[in-house]
Order: sequence, then structure tokens, then C-alpha cells
Amino acid sequence: MNVLVFAEHQHKKFSKLALVAVRAGQILAEKTGGTCSAAVLGNDVEGLAKELAEYGLKTVYAVEHAALEHYTADAHAQALANLARDKGFTAVVAAASVVGKDLMPRVAVRLGAGIACDITGISDSGFERPMYAGNAIATISIETPNKVVTVRPTAFDAAAKGAAGAVEKIAASIDTNALRMKFISFNETKSDRPVLTEARIVVSGGRGLKNGENFTTVLEPLVDAMGAAMGASRAAVDAGFVPNDLQVGQTGKVVAPELYVAVGISGAIQHLAGMKDSKVIVAINKDEEAPIFQVADYGLVADLFKAVPEMKDAVEKLKH
Amino acid sequence: MKILVAAKRVPDPNATIKVRPDGTGIATENVKYVVNPFCEIAIEEALRIKEKQGGAEVVLVSVGGKVAQEQLRTGLAMGADRAVLVVSETEVEPAVVARVLVKLIEGEKPDLVLMGKQSIDDDSNVVGQMAAEMLGWGQATNASEVKLAGDKQSAVVTREVDGGLEDVEIKLPGIVTTDLRLNEPRYASLPGIMKARKKELKEIPLAEVGVDTTATVKIHKLAPPPARQAGKKVGSVQELVDMLHSEAKVI
Ligand SMILES: Cc1cc2nc3c(=O)[nH]c(=O)nc-3n(C[C@H](O)[C@H](O)[C@H](O)COP(=O)(O)OP(=O)(O)OC[C@H]3O[C@@H](n4cnc5c(N)ncnc54)[C@H](O)[C@@H]3O)c2cc1C
Ligand SMILES: Nc1ncnc2c1ncn2[C@@H]1O[C@H](COP(=O)(O)O)[C@@H](O)[C@H]1O
Repeated sequence: MNVLVFAEHQHKKFSKLALVAVRAGQILAEKTGGTCSAAVLGNDVEGLAKELAEYGLKTVYAVEHAALEHYTADAHAQALANLARDKGFTAVVAAASVVGKDLMPRVAVRLGAGIACDITGISDSGFERPMYAGNAIATISIETPNKVVTVRPTAFDAAAKGAAGAVEKIAASIDTNALRMKFISFNETKSDRPVLTEARIVVSGGRGLKNGENFTTVLEPLVDAMGAAMGASRAAVDAGFVPNDLQVGQTGKVVAPELYVAVGISGAIQHLAGMKDSKVIVAINKDEEAPIFQVADYGLVADLFKAVPEMKDAVEKLKH
Repeated sequence: MKILVAAKRVPDPNATIKVRPDGTGIATENVKYVVNPFCEIAIEEALRIKEKQGGAEVVLVSVGGKVAQEQLRTGLAMGADRAVLVVSETEVEPAVVARVLVKLIEGEKPDLVLMGKQSIDDDSNVVGQMAAEMLGWGQATNASEVKLAGDKQSAVVTREVDGGLEDVEIKLPGIVTTDLRLNEPRYASLPGIMKARKKELKEIPLAEVGVDTTATVKIHKLAPPPARQAGKKVGSVQELVDMLHSEAKVI
């Protein structure tokens, strides 16, 4: 199967998402005896395509059009599906990021393809994907000749540099009269910390922190002492303690860092769905019955307001 | 104005879900079923728009077994006006659900379609986007705020995206899928429940909708996830930090 990877970028910068999708695309191509290429969509993205071409891809297409300047699902779906069809790709792969999830179902419809979403594994018989908040792992197959796949970013490594591929500039074919969406603005959550889904260490806070101020004064000093990214439970986000995009879980972000520290989080199944593949899990909770302890490698039953500042000091001492 | 809301019957998010030993599905004995939480948010948003506009018709649609009547009645009790249930006693995959919804939308001609961003059972997050593409419509997924233009020809939707919030404008009719922060759904009131009993709930067998029901994806088996063992309890912060340093070697 010749695979086309949708290489997502954020304002002309690649994050790990693009390389993870490339790696998954390469695995799929290897298993099915095909080639792997990628597409970068935007306005003026040839430089980005060149960057990506170093990762062992056959061809990287710089797919350009004024309507691709900002991400909108309808324009991107047209451009990507038309490219796949024109160049004879039978599989299209993307990361299961917010953009990937938004875009790929439309691409699947355009290509008459079945879609496997948020897959965590590729086997000879098909794909693996979690369902029911990770309570079940399904083995599935796509029954249509064309296939569309989104991959869970934590389940695949980033592609490594390899043979340089060709770069081909393409004027995207888009019927602009059919477009019904317009990008208006992006209100970025500014942060100097590592990106939540890419960080080596994640420290997350829950309802136990009681308010947003405590996130700032109690949790964040520990987060920064550990050089970590900050995450949160849904309860903390719903209460407005922290921004929405910090939610870890079934319906938020999935993370799998080397170290995940859950502070004042009970460990509901929906939260576990987003972090239980972390290498080492630490839980700090005053309730020794809290379900989070069932998945924690190291559990500390303590009042977080005492334990967290102590931990910050201990971590800092370690560094000296 | 007419608003169509797609609502799915799913296991209660608080239920403990276990895979059947033979891997054919999940054990459904003693599992309570509810309206998919994201769909509940979609119903609530439709009702708020109706209230704000001083009138609109809110139509619920669902694809599922006859038992899904229960969830549609819940939506009617919240305040929706009528409901359509497309009946299939076997599981209908998301792509086929999208085709069914498109058929219903073509018949009903709503100005706005609201759905959940994701069903909490299959966790697919695809039906709204697929239906939008099939209809040639715009979509705004993961909505945390919906503002209709005065002429109802368009809507500006704030979306929860990676790294922040995005505003997108879609032409109407269009599809909006809900995220958790859009609103807090109301509970059905007792008078609401009484009234819901008399509201129209039409059933249509799947075979009569006239869509291709060929599977695009097959589920071969379900397996429980790899179990994670509980580790140890540590006695103090110092012990914890020492262990993370010298045993786990992660700091
Ligand atoms: C459709 C749906 C989707 C959802 N998606 C997600 C999701 O993606 N992510 C997610 O996280 N949740 C999600 N949830 C919510 C989930 O079910 C839980 O409600 C939520 O995770 C609870 O957050 P919490 O652990 O912070 O709060 P709580 O469950 O209230 O736990 C707070 C914890 O803090 C502890 N605590 C309190 N004070 C202290 C103290 N001083 N010191 C130490 N410990 C203390 C308590 O013992 C308790 O264990 C979802 C729910 C639904 C229905
Ligand atoms: N069987 C169904 N009946 C009605 N609506 C559905 C059904 N399946 C999915 N949907 C709608 O599509 C949304 C996303 O579902 P999914 O793509 O399955 O995660 C849900 O929140 C519903 O609004």
C-alpha cells in the first residue's frame, strides 16, 4: 500500500506530531510492501517540505493554496483527498491530534475509505485501538480498498532521519466556491513550559488543589523545579483553575511521559485513559482509597499543601 | 429555526466496563445506559438557542436499538420537541450512522445540526465530520461557545484546539460538535418528564432509510487492556524523591 502522511504543522513549525505520523506511515508501508510519502499543506510551505524530506520519505509534497493559509477542515480535506487520488495513494495517515481528528473523517468520506481512529498498534491483521475509555482494546480492520488512519501520538516513536526524498511543489486543487468555513482567530495559551504531549515529565493537578491560585502558588513551583509540563483533570479545567487544553484523559490529551505526577486527582477511569501508559506514575492524595493509587508506582498518602512544597525543595536540593 | 441534535445511547460513564471473556464485546449485564454526555451538552445548547431566539424546533435523532427510546425520552423531557429513532438491533458503525443522519438531515432541512464530539463507548470522534463532508457543509468541532449571526446565515464558534482556543466561522446550515465546556446540561423536570410522554417519537427501521449499510470497518475482537500493577506506598516526600532518583531514575 502506498501511504500518504498528512504532516501537521503549527504556523509553519513541525511538532512531534508530524514525525510520529511519518513513523506510523512508514510502518504501515513496510508491512504492506509499499512506499511512504508525506504532504505539507499551507501557503508557502516548500521550506517545511524540505525539512521533512530528510526523514526517509519517498516524496514530500508541498501542497500550496491561498485557502490553506490557515487550517480549515473543508479546504484541507479537498486538497489532501485530491492529492491522494491524483497520485494514487491508497492509505492516508495522520496523527490523532485535534486537527487530525477534525480533518481525516472528511478525507475518508472523499476517498470512500473506512477510517481507523486513534490507533495504538499496527499488526498483520489490522489495527489496534482503545475503546470505552481504554477499558477495551479492539482489533479492527478496514474493509474498503482505500484506508484512512489516525494514530495516537504516544503509541509511536518519532521518525528518524534517513535517506533524503524528493520535494514536489503542488498547486492544490480546491473548489473555493464550495468552502463554507473561515478561520477567524487563534487565542494561544502562552506558556514557557514544555508541550504537555511531548514532555519527559508531566505534573498534573486536580480538584484537590481547590482553586486556580493554588495551581499558581503551590503546584507550579514544583512543575518548574522538575522542568515538567503541567496537566490537569477535567474537574480542575471545568472549575476554571487552568486552561482547557491542559485536560488529560479520555476526552482530553493522552500523555505517556517517563514520569507522571498526579496531585489531588482521584483517578477516575476517564483520567486514567489519558495517562496510564506513562512509564512511572506517582500519586499524591490524602485519601488512601483513591483509585489513582491502583495504577501508581509510588503513592504518597499526604496533604498536598504540605507535600508539594516539600517535594519542590527536595527536587531542588537534588539538583545541587 | 430548526435545530437537529444527534444523540446516542451509551453505557453510563461511571459504570465499570469489562470485556467479555470470549472477546466478542463488553459485558452489558447490570450496566446502566444514559445519553452520551457530549450529546446531552448538544441538546442543552439547542434548548438554549431556542430559548434565546424565543422559539425554534428542536428535533432529536438517534440510531440504535428500540431501547434507545429511553434516551430520546430523556432528551424530550429536557425540552426537545420531537424525536426520530432509526432502529437497528445490531450495532451500527459510525460511518453508517453518518449516512443515516445525512438522510434524515436532507429530509428535515434543519438550519443547524448539533452533535457530540465523541461517543464515550466507541471513542471515534468522526460522525459529525463525516456527515458534514457528505453534505458539503462546514463544521466546527470541539465547540466551547456558539454565537449565531443575527440573520442565522452563519455562526462563529470557539473551539477547544491544541494549544488554545480557535474561532471559526461556518455558514449555516452547518454542523457543530460539542466539547465539555460548552454548557452544563439541565436535568429534566417532573413536568418535563410528564410532557415528554406525549411528544412524538417516530421509529424508522434502518432498512427503510435507504442507505448503504456495508461495513467499512470490522471489529474482530476486544481484549482487556494490559493491567498495571499498583506499586508501593512511600512514607515521606524525601523517600519519594530518593526513589524517583535512585530506583526509578526518572529525576
Ligand atoms: C464524558 C466525560 C468525559 C470525561 N473526560 C475526562 C477527561 O478527559 N479527563 C479527566 O480527568 N476527567 C474526565 N472526566 C471526569 C472524571 O470522571 C472525573 O470526574 C474527574 O477526572 C475528577 O477530577 P479530580 O480527580 O480532579 O477530582 P475528584 O474526583 O474530586 O478528586 C479530587 C481528589 O483530590 C484529593 N484531595 C483533596 N484535597 C486534597 C489535599 N489537600 N491533599 C491531597 N489530596 C487531596 C481527594 O482525595 C480526591 O481524590 C470525564 C467525565 C465524563 C462524564
Ligand atoms: N448511533 C448514534 N445515534 C445518534 N447519534 C450518534 C450515533 N453515533 C454517533 N452519533 C453522534 O455523533 C457524535 C460523535 O460520535 P462518534 O463519532 O461515534 O464518536 C455523537 O456524540 C452523536 O452526536
